[in-house]
Amino acid sequence: MFLNALLLALRSIRRNLMRSFLTILGIVIGVGAVITMVTLGNGATLAVQAQISSLGTNLLMVRPGQRLGAHGAGGAPAFTETDADAIMAQIGGIAAVAPEARAPITVVGNGRNWATMVIGSTNAWFKTGNWRLASGRLFEDDEQRAGAAVCIIGETVRREIFGGTRGVGEQLRIKQFSCQVIGILASKGQAAMGSDQDDIVVVPLHTLQRRVVGNLRVATLLVSMQDGTDGTRLKAGLRQLLRERRKLAEREDDNFNILDTQQIAETMAGTTKVMTTLLGAVAAVSLLVGGIGIMNIMLVSVTERTREIGLRLAIGALERDVLLQFLIEAVVLAGLGGLVGVVTATGASYVMARAMGVPYLFDPAINLLSLAFSAGIGVLFGYFPARRAARLDPIEALRHE
Amino acid sequence: MSAHAPARPLIQLRGVTKRYGQGQAALMALKGIDLDVRAGEFVAIMGPSGSGKSTAMNILGCLDNPSEGQYLFQGAHVEALTRDQRARLRRRYLGFVFQGFNLLARTSAQENVELPLLYRGTNASIRHAAAARALQAVGLGGWEHHTPGELSGGQQQRVAIARAIVTDPAVVLADEPTGNLDTKRSQEIMQLLVELNRAHGITVLMVTHEADMAAYAERLVHFIDGRIDGDAPNPHRAGVAASAAPMVV
Repeated sequence: MFLNALLLALRSIRRNLMRSFLTILGIVIGVGAVITMVTLGNGATLAVQAQISSLGTNLLMVRPGQRLGAHGAGGAPAFTETDADAIMAQIGGIAAVAPEARAPITVVGNGRNWATMVIGSTNAWFKTGNWRLASGRLFEDDEQRAGAAVCIIGETVRREIFGGTRGVGEQLRIKQFSCQVIGILASKGQAAMGSDQDDIVVVPLHTLQRRVVGNLRVATLLVSMQDGTDGTRLKAGLRQLLRERRKLAEREDDNFNILDTQQIAETMAGTTKVMTTLLGAVAAVSLLVGGIGIMNIMLVSVTERTREIGLRLAIGALERDVLLQFLIEAVVLAGLGGLVGVVTATGASYVMARAMGVPYLFDPAINLLSLAFSAGIGVLFGYFPARRAARLDPIEALRHE
Repeated sequence: MSAHAPARPLIQLRGVTKRYGQGQAALMALKGIDLDVRAGEFVAIMGPSGSGKSTAMNILGCLDNPSEGQYLFQGAHVEALTRDQRARLRRRYLGFVFQGFNLLARTSAQENVELPLLYRGTNASIRHAAAARALQAVGLGGWEHHTPGELSGGQQQRVAIARAIVTDPAVVLADEPTGNLDTKRSQEIMQLLVELNRAHGITVLMVTHEADMAAYAERLVHFIDGRIDGDAPNPHRAGVAASAAPMVV
């Protein structure tokens, strides 16, 4: 009986192809919107998490100044290289500490200019930032001590200056001095804020201090914690140590700040998740509107097909046969809309994910959920018109013009 | 069932009344009808509009229950049945032919004829064969895949008749079956009904207000003002001799 009802429903959908298509359009758009929004949102969350973890996992960024951020230093004194050594020596649970100073400089090599960021630090810097070498080597200890004229360059700099050649062994001029390229960093791509992480030149800290900026200031201390370390305790110890070293009195505020990348990652991922939920909810409203569209069309259909329903009842259809037929019709319409919506959304989210530069992530749960939800909408909004059809009086219905 | 009790009529109406509305405004459409129809009869029900013949037809067709009185179909009390029980009775024993054909639009003749079998739950292969046979019987063999829009009025009514007989019903109820057709097509349809009545032994109950069409029946029942005014065999039956001649489509 169920199969027969399904057959009848399919036949009647086929008889009204154009209308059926327009009816399911609402559901198609609703399901498509929900899936696309959620898929893109998930992709964005993943991208943010990946970008922030590419800064370094378990990483603390210590900067002078009270406010968070790179430009909040104000009048606070900078750090020195000995601060980094002291942290490494006195605080447990630390994997690496890298003192960092940077200067924006146009570098010259291979007859080309390129404006980039020159970073002065130690080998620990590569560890804190999760950097890997694509080719070449890190700094030697004596190169670091002596401030040798060597540099390790990011992929963007290599491409812009040296083009097709591999770059290691070439000369690169930074301001007044020429240094030898000893290594190329593996590409990390865009950072969370859209800046290019690969657009850097790294030299030993002493090289930058003596040959470029001419002072001993260290702008940032990058502290990488060991896995499984209690971040809160470590931060408290770090804060205490720095307060002592900077000779702050009991009542004075900190003149430095500690940024936890894990925290930033969680905060930003949380924000994108909220956005995803919000967009998904808005899209779900359109799914509901699609359902109302189905109910509307089913009601029109019942009125229009009153004679047909009368005939069906007269030749022996039971109430439940008619109810089932119209209910199945609504569910098939809604389900079909859901199916087309899923296919459309898959295509749309794939294209949009590529356009927005976020990873495409097929989420089976949201696809199944949307499909089930659209079928549910068919039942919900199809029931009332179907019951109305089933309860018609065959005599009245047959007389209907 | 009827075979073991040939004496009992297929259909018995006893004191059947039908009242529409309540109290003062109530309208008595039927004012006490007694009618017996034996299996295999071809009965024409005639009368002016408002005489109650349509109401009687609805009750005979188990589409409606009488307000009072009894309706026995093969000895079973129809007036006591629920809506769904009547629907089951209809799909088992009755076939309907309407003035307006009532075919499903944009649906092939084959599918239209199969419809009652679908509600019976008959399986597909038997359904297809039965529908093809029924279309053959009404002279529409080869027209299975035409939709109503591609058929003439006469052909459409033939499809409707095929739909009525596809279930091998005991009774075919025809409500003004020729009302929408010209004289020639009307005569062909009447010939067909006569033949089905004779060859297949199907009882035919037909409502008509056209004497020409009623002339094909073997018994004429006249309704006036909610009562039966006359009930007699048809003395000048038409079409009986012609029924042997090949059918013109």
